[in-house]
Amino acid sequence: MARHGHAAMLAAGLLVACAAAPAGGQERGEIRVGSKKFTESVVLGEMAAQLLRDRGFAVRHLRELGGTRLLWNALLAGEIDLYVEYTGTLHEEIFAGRELTAGALTAALGEVGVLATRSLGFNNTYAIGMAEDFAASLGIRTISDLAAHPDLVFGFNNEFLDRGDGWPSLRARYGLPQREVRGLDHDLAYPALASGAIRATDLYSTDAEIALYGLRVLADDRGHFPDYHPLILYRRQLPAAAAAALRRLEGAIDDRAMVAMNARAKLERVAESRVAADFLAEAFGISAAVEDESRAGRLLRSTREHLTLVAISLVAAVLLAIPCGVLAARRPRLGQLLLGAVGILQTIPSLALLVFMIPLFGIGAPPALAALFLYSLLPIVRNTYTGLRDIPPELAESAAALGLPPTARLRWVELPLASRSILAGIKTSAVINIGTATLGALIGAGGYGQPILTGIRLDDLGLILEGAIPAALLALAAQGFFELAERVLVPKGLRLP
Amino acid sequence: MLSLRRVAKRFEGTAALRGVDLEVTAGETVVLIGPSGCGKSTLLRLMIGLIAPDEGTVAFGGEVLERAKLSLLRRRMGYVIQSGGLFPHLTARANAALQARHLGRERPWIERRIDELAELTHLPREVLGRYPLELSGGQRQRVSLMRALMLDPDVLLLDEPLGALDPMIRADLQRDLREIFRRLAKTVVLVTHDLAEASYFSRRMVLLDRGRVVQQGSYRELLESPADDFVRRFIQAQRHAEEG
Repeated sequence: MARHGHAAMLAAGLLVACAAAPAGGQERGEIRVGSKKFTESVVLGEMAAQLLRDRGFAVRHLRELGGTRLLWNALLAGEIDLYVEYTGTLHEEIFAGRELTAGALTAALGEVGVLATRSLGFNNTYAIGMAEDFAASLGIRTISDLAAHPDLVFGFNNEFLDRGDGWPSLRARYGLPQREVRGLDHDLAYPALASGAIRATDLYSTDAEIALYGLRVLADDRGHFPDYHPLILYRRQLPAAAAAALRRLEGAIDDRAMVAMNARAKLERVAESRVAADFLAEAFGISAAVEDESRAGRLLRSTREHLTLVAISLVAAVLLAIPCGVLAARRPRLGQLLLGAVGILQTIPSLALLVFMIPLFGIGAPPALAALFLYSLLPIVRNTYTGLRDIPPELAESAAALGLPPTARLRWVELPLASRSILAGIKTSAVINIGTATLGALIGAGGYGQPILTGIRLDDLGLILEGAIPAALLALAAQGFFELAERVLVPKGLRLP
Repeated sequence: MLSLRRVAKRFEGTAALRGVDLEVTAGETVVLIGPSGCGKSTLLRLMIGLIAPDEGTVAFGGEVLERAKLSLLRRRMGYVIQSGGLFPHLTARANAALQARHLGRERPWIERRIDELAELTHLPREVLGRYPLELSGGQRQRVSLMRALMLDPDVLLLDEPLGALDPMIRADLQRDLREIFRRLAKTVVLVTHDLAEASYFSRRMVLLDRGRVVQQGSYRELLESPADDFVRRFIQAQRHAEEG
């Protein structure tokens, strides 16, 4: 009984801690703007941020955070204070199954403490696109026409594959027979269409690539896709002056303006901050100070962010994992349990682990640090354990026979003998950690993952390499560093030929 | 000095020792002898508390070996094993000094003691800075002996200390060991399977077979009045080996 009571209390404590962890935006003294990981969302987020800055607010734009769920939950938790959402997404995904009217939508948002601006103007609905010449050769003009070609391979954005108004209902509405449907990133879909790897994909109607790749947008002849008007969702706590500033964007952007901005950002590689600033200057006469970060400056910042993620999580892991390894070696039963537990942590896909940390630690560096910390445990615990277990029994007994108490044996004999193995474990963790930390950018932690992520979005190989090369070099440097450390930390007597 | 009463020990169901009584008085040298698997090493390990008896008691200087007292009691015993058991990450000097350093002895005291012991064990001084992997087999055993003698223990326990050595080196070290036992007048318990070596070191041999003490006495007593057929066969086999 008593044991159950403890477990229940622990669980309750954790729940309270989860609920209490995220602080409200205003307490931070800055307003946090979030954006999804596609160009339009980043441009609109940048616009909102600059408008607020123009009114004297301290603003931080957490770019390319992730998909709808992540942004919506972050808004509810107060991790961010506002982001741009689309009416279609609100109806079909966030409030799926509730069949809300426009008026009821405002009420439903209000129930969870969220307010919304009116539409910013354009309609960025979903559409299905194909390569123009290929579609022409099959005579496909409408989505209905697809039903006659069951062998076509479709490639859809993962979110589109799952969401209420996405592929499942589209297939049902049009009775589409295609079996081979792949999930892939939106930004990879265009090259895949061009190469013929897939034959149709989901598009946004304001996508810059439609013209660039010469795509045919199939007519939605049964009116399946709802309207996707952008509006800014913000927390009720947002100062009234800030909300007023945001409302200046209502109805300010039409379809053509948005497609043009998307094209500038995505195809001409103009920074989103610059695209947003130019629009604000033209529309409202606001001159926002946009700092165009140099490549070197950007590299320096991502290096600093990346190193911080790796160093803190690794040091914390070393501090916990070595004692755990010692404990595991001393108590074999507990050891199996410990090794099993950290082993299970390792089997969780890194992306999933990152996302699991969000309810506990919010968005940004803390959840990334926590996930990297957990990931770093196994190699160190396991190598400490095996390093100690592999000590020849006669040496362990010789130390005991000298009358050295257990702590002294550990200090003078066992840890030095296991040092090579322990160090190898730390090296493995460091190298894995450096690679995994690139995923931190997905939850706003920055680092080398940021240019990679932006590079994928913009289909910019240079930008991808700007993150990938330093990450690889850093891993090599870590490898070299630990080989040097081995010469200092592993006793000479163990390094004799 | 060492007193074992009805000691029994099993390993995974197999009896290693079955009701052994043994008394070792201060200053004497006792040799435990017998074929492999007879329990002689187990007996030695029980004396220094590396394993605990399933039945019976082991006492050292009148005190029963208990977990809580082990560290203290072990400092009054020196233990040398066949492979030397030197710590590969420490130099010969650091191996010998480890125990004293742990107890916070002053550096000059340690240096003086190492000088004494190097001379006693005939270890060349220039070897002290080397690591175990850089030492010859004989040198390793000498360092191991230095380590065992560092705190001037009451008892020396040696488990086949010469077992892994070449014949020439073995003869040298045998001679040196007997000289050391004589000069230090310590209580010594030595394990060997070699009858000639046993008789070289001591007049009191304890012959074991399958976990039991079969006979105690000098070589002559064992030869002239063997307690049973096993003793006769054991002695004959060893003499054959030597003559052959």
